[in-house]
Amino acid sequence: MMASRLPATMRQFGVAARALIVFTLGLGVIYPLAMTGLAQTLFHGNANGSVIKVHGRDVASDLIGQAYTRQATKDGRPEVDADGKPVMVADPLWFQTRPSAVEYDATGSGASQYGPNNADLLAAVQQRRKAVAELEGVDPAQVPPDALTASGSGLDPQISPAYAALQVGRVARERGLDVAEVRQLVRENTSGRTLGFLGEPAVNVVTLNADLSALG
Amino acid sequence: MSDTTAGLLQVGFLIALLAVAYRPLGGYMARVYSSDKDSRIERGTYRLLGVDARAEQTWAVYARSAIAFSTVSVVLLYLLQRLQSHLPLSLGLPDIGSGLAFNTAASFVSNTNWQSYSPEATMGHLVQFAGLAVQNFLSAAVGMVVAVVVIRGFARSKTDRLGNFWVDLIRTVLRILLPIAVVGGLALVAMGVVQNFSGGHEVTSVIGQTQTIPGGPVASQEVIKELGTNGGGYYNANSGHPFENPNGLSNLFEIFLLLLIPVCLTRTFGLMVKDKRQGYAILGVMGTLWAAFTFAATFFETQGAGTATQAAGAAMEGKETRFGEWASALFATSTTGTSTGAVNSAHDSFTPLGGGTALFHMMLGEVSPGGTGTGLYGMLVLAVLTVFVAGLMVGRTPEYLKKKITAREMKLVSLYILATPTVVLVGASLAMGLASARASIFNTDSPHGFSEVLYAFTSAGNNNGSAFGGLSANIPFYNTALGLVMLIGRFLPIVIVLALAGSFAQQTPVPVTEGTLPTHKALFVTLLIGVVLIVTGLTYFPALTLGPLAEGL
Repeated sequence: MMASRLPATMRQFGVAARALIVFTLGLGVIYPLAMTGLAQTLFHGNANGSVIKVHGRDVASDLIGQAYTRQATKDGRPEVDADGKPVMVADPLWFQTRPSAVEYDATGSGASQYGPNNADLLAAVQQRRKAVAELEGVDPAQVPPDALTASGSGLDPQISPAYAALQVGRVARERGLDVAEVRQLVRENTSGRTLGFLGEPAVNVVTLNADLSALG
Repeated sequence: MSDTTAGLLQVGFLIALLAVAYRPLGGYMARVYSSDKDSRIERGTYRLLGVDARAEQTWAVYARSAIAFSTVSVVLLYLLQRLQSHLPLSLGLPDIGSGLAFNTAASFVSNTNWQSYSPEATMGHLVQFAGLAVQNFLSAAVGMVVAVVVIRGFARSKTDRLGNFWVDLIRTVLRILLPIAVVGGLALVAMGVVQNFSGGHEVTSVIGQTQTIPGGPVASQEVIKELGTNGGGYYNANSGHPFENPNGLSNLFEIFLLLLIPVCLTRTFGLMVKDKRQGYAILGVMGTLWAAFTFAATFFETQGAGTATQAAGAAMEGKETRFGEWASALFATSTTGTSTGAVNSAHDSFTPLGGGTALFHMMLGEVSPGGTGTGLYGMLVLAVLTVFVAGLMVGRTPEYLKKKITAREMKLVSLYILATPTVVLVGASLAMGLASARASIFNTDSPHGFSEVLYAFTSAGNNNGSAFGGLSANIPFYNTALGLVMLIGRFLPIVIVLALAGSFAQQTPVPVTEGTLPTHKALFVTLLIGVVLIVTGLTYFPALTLGPLAEGL
């Protein structure tokens, strides 16, 4: 009966506080715990990040992209930039992922946020086109858009089939493999659109490189 | 299959899924809000809270309950962030500063989910699942119950009783949101979304570089983030992050989830006002606008304007390979037509008019189909305005759903319509007038920079939460200004529509005569679309010309 004598507004705040505690326990503790329990039981691999192994060792998540780069050398010495950070260039032994705004550091994620008319983005695109064309030994006009642009997440594990096709010759040559064999691996790591029309066809570079690594 | 065929099938499939859910879920929600039976767990909760479930409230008490609940929510969310370092499962992250903590608390309680921070570097697991995700449920539910009160305002007559906030809230969570979240969350895990409490799993790549694979109870939060039209990402890249949205199927499922309740609520509305055609008409307006904006965004993105975009050969900057232009544009339209604000691509990097389409879509007030509840009541306010305008044209007393629209109702409608644009435009002007706020602009070399600021305030005022992410918003000015804009943009309209509902509920219904404007026919649908576009178009047109139009035309 005390409650009814309190001012109505104060009473509402009391109910509100009790309601929030109940909801926090139910939706903020029991719900995520129960969902985690169910997910871990029913879909163990997915729930833990779809980690893949090569020779028994965890090498990646097949959903999270990685950089396949090595430190550049200048005059026979490891090259660093003005800030003393190592200068990384594509490692020709591996298929290359897309440019990334977070350099595939998965403790973060995100896009470049460059606008469509940004001069720095324009310069970056032109520089990437030149670099990719040189690496693959192709005409710059052949380099597809995904090789020139950073993804939304910075962790995109995939590239377009066109960009993968561009890299087949170089990877085969560097590894002394048959071009047909590498092309077959690319095919095995290509996913079509889900149900035939959802999303885009893409090649998973992480699983592709894992397969290359497993070869030898 | 060509990109266009696949893209069109994708849109068609989405519409088909929504069509299948429309009647069952719309009808189910109508029963939830009309039932006088409580489950055992509900009765237990009412006892615990000290609520008399059968005691209905006036609009003013209902509003006070909603405000009290939201205030307490802001306080708890603020404290959880401020005390993060002392809480378990915080991954060693420090306490969050007062400005950011206020902004984030305001953001998640107002169903905005604007994020001035990068989650991976800021929020531990606990603040996310026990704080932010809880508000994902509750803020969505508050929007829905307010919409239900507005429906009751039309459906009831000669009463000042509009339902009980606590009963409506608890039913919304227990009977609607939670069951869908459990099933949908597990479906997301089946598609590849993570669900664990790991602090990060280190792997060594095939070339010997180490990488930390992040963890978190993501699926349980992802599902309600979309279903509740919240939009706050577990990770910085939001639904562009492969762990939040791993493939084309999960992408479509997430778009389906964020449209589901706003779309089906129009059925609930039709059933509760005992004229299903009224619900179809409202849905027709929402659907037409959504389709038009989806077409526009897809068109602009596939055209690929912009010097840098053209140099790259396609608008793929900020987009994931698995989504491409079509699925990114579809997501962008759906997230800005609802109050979701989740993104699967970087809107800042969209083509000038593609990004402008997303911005303009929010400016419509998020009514196509809008947030959970907010979309419906926003559109009903515009419907009242349309009836009034039509009444002026033919010189008859305007009425909607047998309720007269008098001076009192029109004052409330006018206030509602002015509230959000005022805070958006005043906020954006203020920011552009301050050197410190202008310094946060990232794309400084074109009108795009102004678009970043305009987008931020539009997103906050309409409780969307998406961003032109280049803007460095984690500074005291934006944290405070956007925080206030989010709260005003959320709660001022809520109080106004509740008052409007109270006003309608007290009336005696007027009989339908030959002179009554039918509000379920194509003529009214067309008029309403015109009002939506003209009312918002005229308000924001000058601002749009300085941003996306200046850049894109």
